[in-house]
Amino acid sequence: MSEFLQLVFSGLTVGAIYALIALGFTLIYNASDVINFAQGDFVMIGGMATVFLMSAGLALPVAAFIAVVASVGVGLLLHRLAIEPARGASPVTLIMITIGASIFIKGVAQIVFDKQFHSLPAFSGDTPIPVGGATLLPQSLWVLGTTLGLVVALYLFLEHTLSGKALLATAANRLAARLVGINVTLILAMAFGLSAAIGALAGVVATPITLTRYDIGTLFALKGFAAAMLGGMGNPVGAVVGGLLIGLLETFGAGYVSSTYKDAVAFLMILFVLFFLPRGLFGGRSVERV
Amino acid sequence: MLTVEAITSAYGRINVLHEVWLEVKAGEIVALVGSNGAGKTTLLRTLSGVQPARSGRIVFEGEAIERLEPHQRVVRGISQSPEGRQVFGPLSVEDNLRLGAYRRQDAGMRARLDHVFALFPVLAEKRRIAAMSLSGGQQQMLAIGRALMAAPKLLLLDEPSLGLAPLLVDQILAAVRALRAEGITVLLVEQNASAALAIADRGYVLETGRVVMEGTGAALLDDPKVRTAYLGL
Repeated sequence: MSEFLQLVFSGLTVGAIYALIALGFTLIYNASDVINFAQGDFVMIGGMATVFLMSAGLALPVAAFIAVVASVGVGLLLHRLAIEPARGASPVTLIMITIGASIFIKGVAQIVFDKQFHSLPAFSGDTPIPVGGATLLPQSLWVLGTTLGLVVALYLFLEHTLSGKALLATAANRLAARLVGINVTLILAMAFGLSAAIGALAGVVATPITLTRYDIGTLFALKGFAAAMLGGMGNPVGAVVGGLLIGLLETFGAGYVSSTYKDAVAFLMILFVLFFLPRGLFGGRSVERV
Repeated sequence: MLTVEAITSAYGRINVLHEVWLEVKAGEIVALVGSNGAGKTTLLRTLSGVQPARSGRIVFEGEAIERLEPHQRVVRGISQSPEGRQVFGPLSVEDNLRLGAYRRQDAGMRARLDHVFALFPVLAEKRRIAAMSLSGGQQQMLAIGRALMAAPKLLLLDEPSLGLAPLLVDQILAAVRALRAEGITVLLVEQNASAALAIADRGYVLETGRVVMEGTGAALLDDPKVRTAYLGL
């Protein structure tokens, strides 16, 4: 029982990180039909920049803040320099552009940072908190709390601000959005900036647990993608549930089967979704009145 | 108010509008009739800026606007209720209307919202409901209401009667006349030519991307060619 609980804790912790990445996918996908495979690299930038800024003597909150701002800058540049010039291209072309951008970001990160693994000290120490026979790391609480905070903030933004509504409107009907005077280019830039900020924050809180290196973005992107698919691409609730499920499945797979195949779980889930649940758990806007 | 001078527009290499000329004066209801594929919707989209003009000029209140982005045209007072309603399906009726005022978040917004609810009371009843669960006629009212929320000077209506029951068509057209009485100029695109010409001051007949006839609404209704080609009489 305590082993089970232990696996649940670790599963939810990594799952929360996948959920944040999946949310980033969702935001950009909704605004533009693009699946941004550079999403994982925002996580890397958040973690790596914080590591290097802290080693330059900055305090954690300052370093994290600058790292998030830098990541947002990269997100906006990605939109401005790579996505916007290809406006009107098919989503598949745009997706390939994001893959190219992801490779480019990794290359630059190798030069700006280095090729080593790095970690951050846990924010509130390493003393495990015993819960029901299992233990919970304080950093896990940081990860879960940050995820919860970001999900609530994103919900409030989308449901209670005009800009948020404009983003939802653009996702629902781009032609109508343009006709009411929404500048969809600006909305798309905002989606990239927001996704970059969410990814970077995930990277900051995750690094003490997962470590970071210039190329960790690929695996994060694929797992976040699996999570977004499982939840139903484009659905924010689905992204969070999908992320937590992938995290739990992965940890249970590693704990009860073999940790060798830990990373295979996400890919098996992608296949499962493609075969049996093409719309994902929460997807399915198939009914539309005419 | 609006002058369209030799507007040409194309999808890829296919020209859909061939040098269309037309004029809308302040306070008029102008009907644009023609069969399917004549270019009526394309013309309205070109006026709103969501479809690029290949050549020609669009002059609105003395200013050339053919190079402006759609949102800049909304700010200048051109608002469109598009063909097929195009409501924001998952969003509530009220959110749809508030987004109509996206470029006019001013003190008058509350009053315009009440005004739209007065014009289409059913929308007030369903204000919290997702737009996609409205009936076709209600969605049409929502699309028109959303366009009105931008406080337009010129309202472009694309096929407001399409797919609606006759009773609803009358209701929508009565609303269009009421809007003109309030000082809103209307450019109305319709396949239902008799209904459109009946309420229009003037009309244009569009055929394969060219204006082939123009005149007062009554004159076009009586024209033998229009009667056989578009009214089925």
